[in-house]
Amino acid sequence: MAFNYEKYIRPGKLPHIWCPGCGHGIVMKGLIRAIDKCALNKNRTAVISGIGCASRLPGYVDFNTVHTAHGRAAAFATGMKMADPGLTVLCVGGDGDGVAIGGNHFIHACRRNIDITYILMNNHIYGMTGGQFSPCTPTDGFASTTPYGNPDPVFDIAKLAIGAGATFVARTTAYHATQIDKLIIEGIQHKGFSVIEILDCCPTSYGRRNKYRSVVEMMKQHKELAVPVTAAAKMAPEDLAGKIITGVLHKEDKPEYCEQYSRLIEKVQEQAAAKG
Amino acid sequence: MGIPKIEINEKYCKGCSICVEFCPTQVLQMNGFVAQVVKPEACIKCMQCELRCPDFAIRVFPE
Ligand SMILES: Cc1ncc(C[n+]2csc(CCOP(=O)(O)OP(=O)(O)O)c2C)c(N)n1
Ligand code: SF4
Repeated sequence: MAFNYEKYIRPGKLPHIWCPGCGHGIVMKGLIRAIDKCALNKNRTAVISGIGCASRLPGYVDFNTVHTAHGRAAAFATGMKMADPGLTVLCVGGDGDGVAIGGNHFIHACRRNIDITYILMNNHIYGMTGGQFSPCTPTDGFASTTPYGNPDPVFDIAKLAIGAGATFVARTTAYHATQIDKLIIEGIQHKGFSVIEILDCCPTSYGRRNKYRSVVEMMKQHKELAVPVTAAAKMAPEDLAGKIITGVLHKEDKPEYCEQYSRLIEKVQEQAAAKG
Repeated sequence: MGIPKIEINEKYCKGCSICVEFCPTQVLQMNGFVAQVVKPEACIKCMQCELRCPDFAIRVFPE
């Protein structure tokens, strides 16, 4: 049966502003299906973003939404979650927003293991501002600010998140549409900081400069390069070069920040009461 | 089982052609900058077009 997205979209907001073929719309649909399957209460769900094309997402969806400052989604989300730990808090945004200007907030949210699900749409570029390179632009890739090819190495967002302390880390692509909702559901259900990296397509600012004739070509490449994590475990590292490992890459149980914080409050209150 | 109803919202479709390219049975075709249903009887109800349409423009009602 056709899925009824309209139930979760603010009236009159479609069509959205994203370019033809931009993968952000595919991710937004996956997010809506995930929230629907988790049967979350709209009024107890918050979707928070920074700035960028990807960060326009909260404007369309009918939840508690905040469109904050560039790179600051994790900081605002941390405040909201701590003030109301019963709220389901999701962050959405791009690679530029999340791991360039917002990199510091991102790693510290990972470190604290606060119960937030961060959906990072990695389209390898600053789409909104005209295609400047990001920490996720491939080495030798072209951006408006790397006209001779990008000399920089690339951030591996999943490794960064795991290293910083995130307790659920997963990856998929805009091509693998059904995996988007599956992983977001797992992320929401996981108690702790969950990062879901979605390799996304920006045909306008990235594709055009990097010899992709269409978004379809970009998505076909996602399909070809994807290796499920179970298959990757049996492959030699040299065979995995350039591949996109998909699925749940890391999951562990560690104390969650809001719970730790409320325990601390209790402890201090007990100590104060004992002193009289 | 009857032929599914496939709705394309022409106000939302931006002509990216993702649905046309990934439909395994060539049910859809581009008509200029808008996708069009040309062979609904070939639809296997896999929902690939609906899932991947970034623009909320296509809906498949299996019946
Ligand atoms: C403090 C600040 N610096 C710079 C900008 C300009 N700016 C707006 S969006 C953006 C990049 C967004 O890129 P990304 O997060 O990758 O999202 P995309 O547009 O690719 O979806 C930048 C640099 C800003 N809005 N605020
Ligand atoms: S510039 Fe890129 S990221 Fe922004 S809407 Fe267009 S395709 Fe999407």
